[in-house]
Amino acid sequence: MENRAIFSGKLLPCLLILPQLAVSLIFFYWPALQALQQSFLVQDAFGLSTEFVWFENYLSLLQTPEYYHAIGVTFVFSALVAFFSLTLGLLLAVMANRNIRGVQIYRTFLIVPYAVAPAVASVLFIFMFQPGLGMIARALQRNGVDWNPVLNGTHAMILVVIVAVWNQISYNFLFFLAGLQAIPKSVIEAAAIDGARPMRRFWTIIFPLLSPTTFFLIIVNITYVFFNTLGIIDTATGGGPNGATQTLVYKVFQDGKVGTDLGGSAAQSVILMVIVVALTAFQFRYVEKKVHY
Amino acid sequence: MANVTLRNVRKAYPNGFEAIKGVDVDVADGQFCVLVGPSGCGKSTLLRMVAGLETISSGEIDIGGRIVNQVEPAERDIAMVFQNYALYPHMSVYNNMAYGLRNRRMPQPEIDTRVQEAARILELGAMLDRKPGQLSGGQRQRVAMGRAIVRQPKVFLFDEPLSNLDAKLRIAMRVEIRKLQRRLNTTSIYVTHDQLEAMTLADILVVMNGGQVEQVGNPLDIYQKPATTFVASFIGAPPMNLMPLSADELKSQLAGDSRINDAGILGIRPEDFVVSNETVAGGIALGLTVEAIERVGAETFIYGTRERDVQGVAANPGELPPGEVLVRIPGAIGPAIGERIRAIAAPDKLHLFTADGRQRVGP
Repeated sequence: MENRAIFSGKLLPCLLILPQLAVSLIFFYWPALQALQQSFLVQDAFGLSTEFVWFENYLSLLQTPEYYHAIGVTFVFSALVAFFSLTLGLLLAVMANRNIRGVQIYRTFLIVPYAVAPAVASVLFIFMFQPGLGMIARALQRNGVDWNPVLNGTHAMILVVIVAVWNQISYNFLFFLAGLQAIPKSVIEAAAIDGARPMRRFWTIIFPLLSPTTFFLIIVNITYVFFNTLGIIDTATGGGPNGATQTLVYKVFQDGKVGTDLGGSAAQSVILMVIVVALTAFQFRYVEKKVHY
Repeated sequence: MANVTLRNVRKAYPNGFEAIKGVDVDVADGQFCVLVGPSGCGKSTLLRMVAGLETISSGEIDIGGRIVNQVEPAERDIAMVFQNYALYPHMSVYNNMAYGLRNRRMPQPEIDTRVQEAARILELGAMLDRKPGQLSGGQRQRVAMGRAIVRQPKVFLFDEPLSNLDAKLRIAMRVEIRKLQRRLNTTSIYVTHDQLEAMTLADILVVMNGGQVEQVGNPLDIYQKPATTFVASFIGAPPMNLMPLSADELKSQLAGDSRINDAGILGIRPEDFVVSNETVAGGIALGLTVEAIERVGAETFIYGTRERDVQGVAANPGELPPGEVLVRIPGAIGPAIGERIRAIAAPDKLHLFTADGRQRVGP
């Protein structure tokens, strides 16, 4: 059943996979190994001497309460972002998959947010939600909400979730739309003749047939919130107030870049990597069973 | 059990294209109606209009005495078998068949009885737990049939259900479908582009072309008395020989025939020729030079050119080039290439049409 290209000799196939291999090695394995090495080292404040300290960085990390707080924040943040960006992306894709006038225009505009850099998106939202000036913030205040993400941790979390979701919806939309269009029209028609109303059709036919797409997007979205939301948090809240939006990746950045604790930061990034690998493995092991290819 | 009546049904798309240009068909209760025609003739569109998957621009569709123009597909009490089967890939064979019954809130024991019964009829009993992806083409086709019969609908609709099967299986399934339909006695409408399938399945045959009905009737009547040159060339394989009756020897041979004044085209089926040196009173004799011979064992096809060539008629799909005549004789013996033969046809084997081919002349 497989479509296999037949190569004579080994040189050509090796050459063909070389670029991909090189990219993975240089940009993933090398830095990962360096981080691992760094996490066992401690450097003095002036960078003059480096000492090998075994697991001391890890131990001191696991003794700081802020670290556990950051883990909690990360899980809340990623659960919210993944949930809302997936459901809204799916909702928009279902809407844009119908035969309505000007559907191409809607589709194009729904993809545009993905082209906006996370930091830029973040700045736009800061303006809109800025307690003194932002129009949405003022609308909220007029309606009795004491909106202030600079002081209120919950508000700050809501703000970064909105930005991250807004930034990610387009990506999910695109994949869900492609997934929807790959479902044969006749299967939907057969379900309609079989007496399934639109909602039931969606949950019993369309949603199960989208499951490979959904599974893929869950993994991609979780990786996205764990790593790529750094820019959003940095511009929107800087991890504050009082660490309310300090996710693991942001703490890596703060401790390493700002606090220049390279060893501790490396230890954190190693743990973060382990968490994401474990999460992905878990999903492949358990969630994938529910996927119908 | 119900009859299906189409009254002046039309379908026009917003861009002005008219896919169906006024169709009247009456299918009695329990009849097997086949819509046949070339690709793009509107037969599938018409079927989808009966199913409720396409809107009706004007006219009426009546199923079992109820006009269903505005009725949802689910409420029309029909079941449809799709060309690609449209099985639910994530459900087992059992659930594929039970899905429509569950949607209608039928009690589980009754669902089970019906699914088991359908599985028994279609010999799917061993496959109820499999997914469609694990089945062969013929088995998928049977599941699609099963999904239709468990519902016990008023009408079955088939949209080229056999065209994805290989030739051998197609013939076997064709017989199966006909037996099943006789047994259940459910009114059926079946779309195909295969004239052999159409001839063998139909109680009532509807030949369509360009969004219009060319002829409706019993398949044998249509074969024996095609109403237009399109039907003459579409029904029957190989197609009927159509020759223009210009001022040449054909006309003089038919001088005694009363139909000759209105006729412009003469049609003779390849199987109605006899290779002989005799003459038939009132019939036709053609002098042919043999160009090619096909021997298939039971019969032999002779492609000949007429000695006195003629200017062409507008060729329909499947027609021979003008001037070429196809003769079909039983057995494996026949003339050699290049030989000159005489093909004769009796008067009752001649079909005459008006010059535009739109009308049959005489009986």
